[in-house]
Amino acid sequence: MKQYVFKRILSTIPLLLIISFVCFVFINLIPSNPAEVALRVRQVPIITEEAIAEVEAELGLNRPFLVRYVSWLFDCLKGDFGISYVNPSRTVAGELARCLPATLQLAGASLVLVILLSIPIGFLCAVYKDGIFDQVMRALVFITTAMPPYWVGLLLMWFISIKLDLLPTSGGGSFAHLILPAFTVSLSYISTYIRLIRNNMLENMKQDYVLYANVRGLPQKVILVKHILKNSMHTCIVAIGMSIPQLISGTIVVENVFAWPGLGTLCISSIFNRDYPIIQAYVLLIGVLFVVFNLLFDLLQTVSDPRLRKEGA
Amino acid sequence: MTPVLAVNHLSVTLQSGKNTKQLVKDSSFSVYPGECLGILGESGSGKSMTVKSMLGLLDRHFSATGEAFFCGKDLLKEKKETLRSLRGKDITMVLQNPMTCFDPLYRIGNQMAETFATHTNWSQKEIREESLAILDRMQIQNPKVALEKYPHQLSGGMLQRIMIGLAVALKPKLLIADEPTTAIDAITQKEILEAFLEIKNAHQTAMIFITHDLGAIAKVADRLLVMNQGEIVDEGTFSHILHHAQDRYTKLLIEKRQAVMARYQQVLGGMV
Repeated sequence: MKQYVFKRILSTIPLLLIISFVCFVFINLIPSNPAEVALRVRQVPIITEEAIAEVEAELGLNRPFLVRYVSWLFDCLKGDFGISYVNPSRTVAGELARCLPATLQLAGASLVLVILLSIPIGFLCAVYKDGIFDQVMRALVFITTAMPPYWVGLLLMWFISIKLDLLPTSGGGSFAHLILPAFTVSLSYISTYIRLIRNNMLENMKQDYVLYANVRGLPQKVILVKHILKNSMHTCIVAIGMSIPQLISGTIVVENVFAWPGLGTLCISSIFNRDYPIIQAYVLLIGVLFVVFNLLFDLLQTVSDPRLRKEGA
Repeated sequence: MTPVLAVNHLSVTLQSGKNTKQLVKDSSFSVYPGECLGILGESGSGKSMTVKSMLGLLDRHFSATGEAFFCGKDLLKEKKETLRSLRGKDITMVLQNPMTCFDPLYRIGNQMAETFATHTNWSQKEIREESLAILDRMQIQNPKVALEKYPHQLSGGMLQRIMIGLAVALKPKLLIADEPTTAIDAITQKEILEAFLEIKNAHQTAMIFITHDLGAIAKVADRLLVMNQGEIVDEGTFSHILHHAQDRYTKLLIEKRQAVMARYQQVLGGMV
């Protein structure tokens, strides 16, 4: 078991290196000169060749590509993600740290909503398969999976905030501000998981162990919750684990719709300003989150499934 | 003598969309105390359907008509809850795929204990003692270790024996074995059949033994039903059926079996 964990952790190292390289390459392939953009953003009136060369030297852009990559990589390992091109008084790490809590709050609230809504609804749909509740939920799931989050966000804003005047349209800070964006982010995940849990439960109901539990006369409640739900959740664990980084990165669009002061808003404004260090750090962060959560939930599944866990080893 | 189970004109139909299909047609039979009734037939002949319909183990797409009297109660008219409390206590069953019949996420001890907790008011300690006694009786080595094992850590034969042990633990009035020897290897099959014979001799439990294996049924069954396409086509003792089969299908089944045995002996003879 220890050996497996160790191997699994080791195997993420090359993966992380590849992610960092790809993220550096792609961002540096963007066909515009960040030095020129930085000058514009800093509102320098006349942009001359000399000024550009000066800024290039200042930002280290005149060095060869691979040198820049390696020095960036080593700085990242030390926790130094560089300074913002646009606003040299700010460090990238500081910017990320400023915006991260708001995004984590939004993603966390969405995750709670996903878990609280999709598990009971999926469970009930499977238990009362083809009943009224199941049919209504299936229709809703079908519709909501097809609705892109930014549109859902605008619809909710129009209906709940403007027509009914119940919740604020945008901004952050209070619980009331959190509700609409969190619901918007989580909606498509809720639909996905309702379907996943429902199908997993129905699949499990056909298994021999359920028939045998019935043969032994166990009460339905015990069979449904202790056996079928637990087995179904088991196959959902990894999917839910992988959704956490997706939720965090998925907030990017919704944050902009609701002007939520998080990483997504920061990322979009950095893209407009060609603020490469921030974009790089953001993409790297999301990539690392995917790898880390994948690893965590793989290990969690190994620990929680007696068939994968090597007892005593 | 009053039968433990008396089935009259049992029919089972499957409703799927607009199609209805009759899976069991007008079947009548009884099982007497201490007797082992064998039901013989090929896959899909309605053997399992017959017993599952009486125990309420089929989903709502199936419907059963007729009567099935068990201890004065018509099983087909009882409430779900009554059937549930009968299952696992008064009527128990041994299924055919021991490897998949236990929940993979729980230890064997836990799954044995939940059965007892459902049907008795025993304390944790009594449950544990009884579980250990069952494993011991079914000749499982190291019962204490076995209780802590997960299903995938035990062999099919062991799981099958645990299932049999659980099925007789609460002294049922009727034990149904649904192809208990189909999914296991030949040597284990012999052990399992011996376990059934022992139960029959020791407890005088009424049994229904469902199989498509003539060899297995010859060992344990006192009386035989032959089913083909949902109908009971022949009935009698084993030797009676062997020599005076009425039905064309039964005759075919016996002929094939005898041909196989002759070939088997020929091969064995050649080797010696």
